[in-house]
Amino acid sequence: MLMDVSDESLALAAAEGDADAFSVLLERHYDGLYRLCFRLTGQKAEAEDLTQDICAALPAKMGGYRAEARFTTWLWRVAVNAAHDRRRRATTRARHATGWGDWESGRRAADQETAQAVDWLTEAMRALPEELRDTLALVLDEVTHAEAADILGISPGTVSWRISEAKKHLRDLRAREDQI
Amino acid sequence: MSDDLDDLKAAMNAATPAPDAGKKAEHLALARKNFADLQESRDGVRQTSDRPEKGLFRGVAKMFSMMSRRGALTASTALVALGLVAVVPNWQKGPVTFIPVETQVEFDDVVIVEERAREDARKELAAATELAQGQEEALVLEAEPQVFAAPSADMAAPETGLLGYADGEVQALSRIVTEPGFVPESNTESFPEAEESSLKITSEEPVSTFSIDVDTASYSVVRSSLMRGWLPEYGTVRVEEMINYFPYDYPAPQLGEAPFRPTVSVSDTPWNPGTKLVHIAIQGEKPAVEDRPSLNLVFLIDTSGSMDAPDKLPLLKQSLGLMLPELSERDQVSIVTYAGSAGQVLEPTPATERATIMAALDKLDAGGSTAGQAGLQQAYAVAEGMAEEGEVTRVILATDGDFNVGIYDPAELETFIADKRDSGTYLSVMGFGRGNLDESTMQALAQNGNGQASFIDTLSEAQKVLVDQFTGALFPIANDVKIQVEFNPSQIAEYRLIGYETRMLEREDFNNDKVDAGDIGAGHSVTAIYEVTPVGSPARLSDPLRYGEVEAASTSQSDELGFLKLRYKEPGQEVSQLIETPIVEGGEVSEDMRFATAIAGFGLLLNDSVYIHEWGFVELIDLANSARGDDPFGYRVEAIRLMRLAQNLQW
Repeated sequence: MLMDVSDESLALAAAEGDADAFSVLLERHYDGLYRLCFRLTGQKAEAEDLTQDICAALPAKMGGYRAEARFTTWLWRVAVNAAHDRRRRATTRARHATGWGDWESGRRAADQETAQAVDWLTEAMRALPEELRDTLALVLDEVTHAEAADILGISPGTVSWRISEAKKHLRDLRAREDQI
Repeated sequence: MSDDLDDLKAAMNAATPAPDAGKKAEHLALARKNFADLQESRDGVRQTSDRPEKGLFRGVAKMFSMMSRRGALTASTALVALGLVAVVPNWQKGPVTFIPVETQVEFDDVVIVEERAREDARKELAAATELAQGQEEALVLEAEPQVFAAPSADMAAPETGLLGYADGEVQALSRIVTEPGFVPESNTESFPEAEESSLKITSEEPVSTFSIDVDTASYSVVRSSLMRGWLPEYGTVRVEEMINYFPYDYPAPQLGEAPFRPTVSVSDTPWNPGTKLVHIAIQGEKPAVEDRPSLNLVFLIDTSGSMDAPDKLPLLKQSLGLMLPELSERDQVSIVTYAGSAGQVLEPTPATERATIMAALDKLDAGGSTAGQAGLQQAYAVAEGMAEEGEVTRVILATDGDFNVGIYDPAELETFIADKRDSGTYLSVMGFGRGNLDESTMQALAQNGNGQASFIDTLSEAQKVLVDQFTGALFPIANDVKIQVEFNPSQIAEYRLIGYETRMLEREDFNNDKVDAGDIGAGHSVTAIYEVTPVGSPARLSDPLRYGEVEAASTSQSDELGFLKLRYKEPGQEVSQLIETPIVEGGEVSEDMRFATAIAGFGLLLNDSVYIHEWGFVELIDLANSARGDDPFGYRVEAIRLMRLAQNLQW
């Protein structure tokens, strides 16, 4: 059964042109991919579009998969690059602000208690520079520092540094909150 | 303090929605279809690229990014420039392209195209398609047979689907989204292409005025993006800064002439057979090193916590270490820090006392978040204390984007720096590290301080800025250099300045000596390139006027393409000098000029310029390779490597 085959074997088969393997593989990781896309963009609609971009381009990208990396590492790298590319395409910086800024739809849907948490989250994420956000999107998604480093193409030390930077930002935010 | 992070994680988990089942099914189906298509095409001829698919989704992405909900809410009274109506009842017969006619549609006048009117619309459409040859943006619309033009905010209208590129001519896709209450906003700012300096029609606007620019930061930023495996964001690609990053060896001025010499030549455009490029190359004189005035340098160093990264403070220390051997015993160095540790950490010290200076540098460390008090004022005060008659005094601000220098109002900061510039102390800015970099502020500060903004991402970049081009960066030879070109409408139908978007001046600013402009340092070379369309060229984008153009004065019958005027001030002078020269066909096209052209093309490709057709990275790399020239420092080889990277990174 294909269901029992490892990601990496499926990915190699897909890279060779096996449509069933590709299909099983994508189904297996779609939810995770979508979750990461959401964390990278902070907006449901953006996340859906980004996931769609990736799904559309993935067949062409599959050929580039080598067994050097875990499939998810590879896929998350594709996702981070696609997110970055999308942001880049999204013209100006003003648009960036609406990523983690435009929270309207999410906020309306959520109940009161979640709404507060979400407000805080939005504020927290907005306060972070893009690179820290991307790093957090991965690390908060149970990706290890070493793997995040691999995905982002940076050293593990830089990941740790970014996380500590992010914590510093959060601390500042908390300090400001406490003043109010 | 991992609590905060845990909170964030919990909030993130709560906020992350489950995927929409419908979307998921769609996306999976799409992926499977593309997978199948790809296999098919592999079996077929040669695997062509997956361009059309990419175009499709990128197009959709672009469109969404162009929409603004805010715009939608306020659009009911707005004017919206919309494409023409497209009605394609039978999609199976293949896509129909049409050229959006740039008409301003007033919302109140919008009429839905009804069933009976559709026939007329189709005729009109066909006519419009014939007229324009697909030079402009085209739209391909898929339609159930009920699509129409401009929806108004309160009018529910059917959804229009977007297809793909029709052919290679199509440069940008647009989509008319007709959800109720969701109207595309006519906002030039959200189109990156619109930021590119636009085409001018010579008969309407024959004069082009701008300030020269010797900043190079954009190139380093682009390089650092590409090295990380990302295509640079549009905003970071400034074509003129990329061109001027490279040293060129243009003809230098003779002794006793002006401090710089312009050379103008005209050549064919690699990316458009119907247009020509006018290169304006300016070469500054290179005073002998021993003749140079003494230097007083005050390093104003950001020691905020964020500077604590390998590519920031440590790189800065190494960079300054590289620079010291270039200085002589007549030169003095002082160090002031701000943010984190604040204050003067090194008294003015002769540059030859390297051990003392390096020891002071080594003691710097990033940390704390004590608000830096008045770091900038202190640096200038130290600088003024060091200045003596005939010396060059400069503050060099090194930061990763924290401009918390003691003056908080950006306008006040610029004024302060401009005032100090007028009293003889200049400012340069060096940016370090990515993530927090504020390039526009860097540029604005350096511009007001008669200095250069550079971005230092590697030790070799530090070597370039602080050692190889040391003299140019620190010794100005001409201030407020402005360029004005008047094109001859009898020869040139249209023209476009490549880059310099942020440096444009008003026509009347040219002769106004009060208006600040860019400065040329010793040995600097500056290049500006116009793309011009000769009268009668098939590449002309605008149609000639039916009722004749105003006959210009008799000189317009001359075969000069245009006339170049330059104004500059000798350092310390209030009154500008004028250099004039006609622009004529021909002129030697050197390797340097061809390389500058290649870099211009590189910038345009990175920006997805609407003015480049059927010319891509393959041609670009060929051109750059053929113009590599001497390249003693290896900058050009590096640029070609970046072009290859960018070629592979295109998504």
